[in-house]
Amino acid sequence: MISHGTQLGNGRGGALGRVVRAGVGRRRVQTLVIVLSTMMAVTSTVLAGALLMASRAPFDHAFNTQRGAHLSVLADGSKATSAQMAASAHVQGVTAASGPYPQIIAEHGSPSGGDFPGIGLPPMLIVGRAIPGGSVDDLAITQGRWASKPGEIVLSTSYFGPRGGVGMTMTFPDLPGKPVLTVVGVAQSVTGTADAWVQPSQIPALTQPGTVPGIQMLYRFANAGTDTQVTADRNAVAAALPHGAVTGALSWLSAKLDAERNTAPFVPFIVAFGVLGLIMSVIIIGNVVSGAVGASLRRIGILKALGFTPAQIVRAYITQALIPSIIGIALGVVLGNVFAKPLLSRAEFAYGTVSLSVATWIDIAAPCGAVVLVALTAFAPALRAGRLRTVEAIAVGRSPKSGRGRVARRVLSRVPLPRAVSLGLGGPFARPARTLAVAASVVFGATALTFALGLVSSFNDVHAGQNRNGTADVAVDIGATSDGGDVVHAGPKGVSQPAADPEAVAAAIAAQPGTRSYYGTGGTELAVSGLSGTTQVRTLQGAAAVDSVPLISGSWFTGPGQAVVPTRFLQNTGTSIGSTITLTDHGVLIPVRIVGEVFDLRSQNGELITDARTLSAVDHVDRISGFEIHLNPGVDRAAYIKALNAKLHPMYAEAQDAAADSGGSTLPFFEGMIAILTAMLATVAGLAVLNAAVLETRERVHDLGVYKAIGMSPRQTIAMVLSSVTLVGLCAGIIGVPIGIALHSYVVPVMAHTAGTNLPHAYITVYRGTETVLLALGGLAIAIAGALLPASWAAKTRTATALRTE
Amino acid sequence: MDDAPLIELHQVTKSYDGGPPAVDDISLTVEPGEAVAILGPSGSGKSTVLNLIAGLDRPSTGTVTVAGTRVDELGESGSAKYRRTQIGMVFQFFNLLDDLTVGDNVLLPAQLAGMPRALARARAAELLETLGIARHARAYPGRLSGGERQRVAVARALINRPALLLADEPTGALDTASGQDVRGLLSELNADGQTVLLVTHDLTLAQSCATRTVRLIDGRIASDTAQPDVTGSGAAASVAPFPTEGAAR
Repeated sequence: MISHGTQLGNGRGGALGRVVRAGVGRRRVQTLVIVLSTMMAVTSTVLAGALLMASRAPFDHAFNTQRGAHLSVLADGSKATSAQMAASAHVQGVTAASGPYPQIIAEHGSPSGGDFPGIGLPPMLIVGRAIPGGSVDDLAITQGRWASKPGEIVLSTSYFGPRGGVGMTMTFPDLPGKPVLTVVGVAQSVTGTADAWVQPSQIPALTQPGTVPGIQMLYRFANAGTDTQVTADRNAVAAALPHGAVTGALSWLSAKLDAERNTAPFVPFIVAFGVLGLIMSVIIIGNVVSGAVGASLRRIGILKALGFTPAQIVRAYITQALIPSIIGIALGVVLGNVFAKPLLSRAEFAYGTVSLSVATWIDIAAPCGAVVLVALTAFAPALRAGRLRTVEAIAVGRSPKSGRGRVARRVLSRVPLPRAVSLGLGGPFARPARTLAVAASVVFGATALTFALGLVSSFNDVHAGQNRNGTADVAVDIGATSDGGDVVHAGPKGVSQPAADPEAVAAAIAAQPGTRSYYGTGGTELAVSGLSGTTQVRTLQGAAAVDSVPLISGSWFTGPGQAVVPTRFLQNTGTSIGSTITLTDHGVLIPVRIVGEVFDLRSQNGELITDARTLSAVDHVDRISGFEIHLNPGVDRAAYIKALNAKLHPMYAEAQDAAADSGGSTLPFFEGMIAILTAMLATVAGLAVLNAAVLETRERVHDLGVYKAIGMSPRQTIAMVLSSVTLVGLCAGIIGVPIGIALHSYVVPVMAHTAGTNLPHAYITVYRGTETVLLALGGLAIAIAGALLPASWAAKTRTATALRTE
Repeated sequence: MDDAPLIELHQVTKSYDGGPPAVDDISLTVEPGEAVAILGPSGSGKSTVLNLIAGLDRPSTGTVTVAGTRVDELGESGSAKYRRTQIGMVFQFFNLLDDLTVGDNVLLPAQLAGMPRALARARAAELLETLGIARHARAYPGRLSGGERQRVAVARALINRPALLLADEPTGALDTASGQDVRGLLSELNADGQTVLLVTHDLTLAQSCATRTVRLIDGRIASDTAQPDVTGSGAAASVAPFPTEGAAR
């Protein structure tokens, strides 16, 4: 004998299955909202997770993909032979090796015909490699092709950027025959094992007469996770070679540190978005599922009256919530991966990695987590439904419990507003729990909008601030002019030219219409007390230099003997504003007092910026190597540069747009990511409103019929439904904006500290009064957008049909 | 215009989803001041006729004119305005809004119509007083008896001084005493000149407060009969073009 309960729940074709299918099919809008909400939530989760992982471990990913070298050893070719280097691959602990490769360091003239003609480049480490692949340091060609014959060269992305260079030629004027190489490709080494690569047969032509090319050998070790292990590995290799043969070694950990220095600052904001998305997902799923179950209480009562057990009711409604959720979750995983692909491909350039993809575990964990979340969220209301007495279930399912919100409705009826509006405004008070859930969603949406806008604003400020030429509009490069030194400058077409006369250039700038002010720039590298190695000292000349670099605290220098420094300099030297440090040059001691902290990320240790007269005792300072120009408001920058260059080119000087993006910027990538995440969160918030408005409209459809029967017009109906979300949207916006501002105020400095700097106050206080008001209205906009469709449905509902709905 | 019928249905047919017509080629006129009861069994099409006159539905063919307005040509907004200004509706189950007080329920159509607040309040107070429910003005409908609720519904229907009062089974959900109460109320309203169109299967209601009875069977008018002048208003029956038959089955 088959029990009654078993009959009801028997298999796919059983009553339970039919009830679930009917429930899913009947409430199409709610099913759609559940699908879309879970889809958006999972999409943003997958995306945020993928990007978080991409920002956290791009180096590791690229290192593994490219089989990066744990250690790159450079040996003196006169002390070690290629055979000895090759034999070092068998040193204990070495798991793989590539090489030996001949290598030289070459000085070259300016490249020509490429993206950056006329710009001098530093000496380059050139390695002779027949092929880009290998068991270690598998190079990724990002543009063009590999050098296949003498006369061709492949540049490293780290040397000339990811896109530049192909097609231009490079001249090596100091070498016999002044060899000219054509750039045929751009390649990437994850640990930066070279600045450029040529065929090995090219190396002799690039070697100075009387010298022997060095030898490069690349290794991977069984144990190289720490500095100590890498040092031990290095020592093991050195021990296998003739004494003193090793002239240099590059640890992968140094490259990793450098890579993370670029990416780590962005982790806090991605985490912030991830957390926002996660909380919103919980609220939305909870809201949607509770709403769906809550709206079906009458149906539950009928089912129980027909003989369904409480357990079957619970199962039915959890399953009913899970079916659309699983569809949404699956779509979310697909969309997350689809959206992540272009962003990650941009990240590949931004991070210098080769191929990033969404981690498999994210594709598994995100949907599994979402399914569990949906089931848990649905369980509570489903359990409530299962426990409801049949009569009570039928009664509860019809409309909000009477009494709720009546006071608010009475008060609102006295407010001198159109009646449709005051009726709508009173709506949320009938369902306080649902209203709070919707408000929370909109709060998070408004928070995300505010946070995103602030981030973009701060990122733009930071990007502009770290631009090479600070606040200047136009930069003029006139080349090196050290006192008494040879004057060589890269002029047009890569031909070495005499440097321009600074005074003549200054006169040309001063005479150029549109010039508001200008100042000279120069510099050198000096030892600084308390720091190892040398520090870049930048000298500025002219009153207009004041505040040419964004000031964080303190003041700008007012004369010689004073300097402003970036945060990193203060950290590295343990100094603070008011401290005096000593610059040293060939026994000459120059005391300099730090008067200000500036925003400057240009060098690893942080450069020191001072008045040019501070270094008057130092011989080899570039007194003026360039000028930076501020233009009058409204001046066409491009036209100005063109006109000025017409005068400067004959002097072998070049004016350039100081604000131009130098390429390879991560800013567009992160802005795109912020835009997508924000759009998703706002959409999910809008869906929460949509769901609530649909539930409300459905539950009150009979009232709607009454309203229409007594003369409520479609326009008044729309006004009523929209008004029902107005208060929630407005309040949520007002609450969400300060939260977004607070989040921004917390996250941005954290990001900056991760990058080793403080920020100028103006970079953090980016919100203006008008913007704040508009952002507060953003919550309202989200709510209105979410309620538009239900409002339209309500307006179109046939009065006679609605009146029959009991 | 004064001599024109208040309601004029001309060769009206209404079918739903290609099925058999719920209303089949009906022509009917109602003069101002009449109290017409449309009688018929379930499915006879009487509620459909009411919905067509109320502008809640559109005929498949034919025309519906009320107070000079072609109701069948109105859009959604036009229908809403028409219902606000030309008709008042009373339903079997009252259709009061439980979240609003009695006073607010009565005020609502006037507020939707944009009537000045003071005027609307005065009119609502007058109606509540006239209908004997002024003491319930601040109460919620759920606390009233059926008869009282229907009185509230009538007050709400009348607040905009409609030319036509439509009542759909107004005593259908009431006990005997309350039903009697509502019957008396409708009769009084008609005696005061209010045109009333009732839809009911309650013969007693039809006999007590209608001046004319129209019987529908299967969507067609089976009879159109003048009642004795129960209200004493002297309203005359308009029967053409259908033959007059006995009122009762």
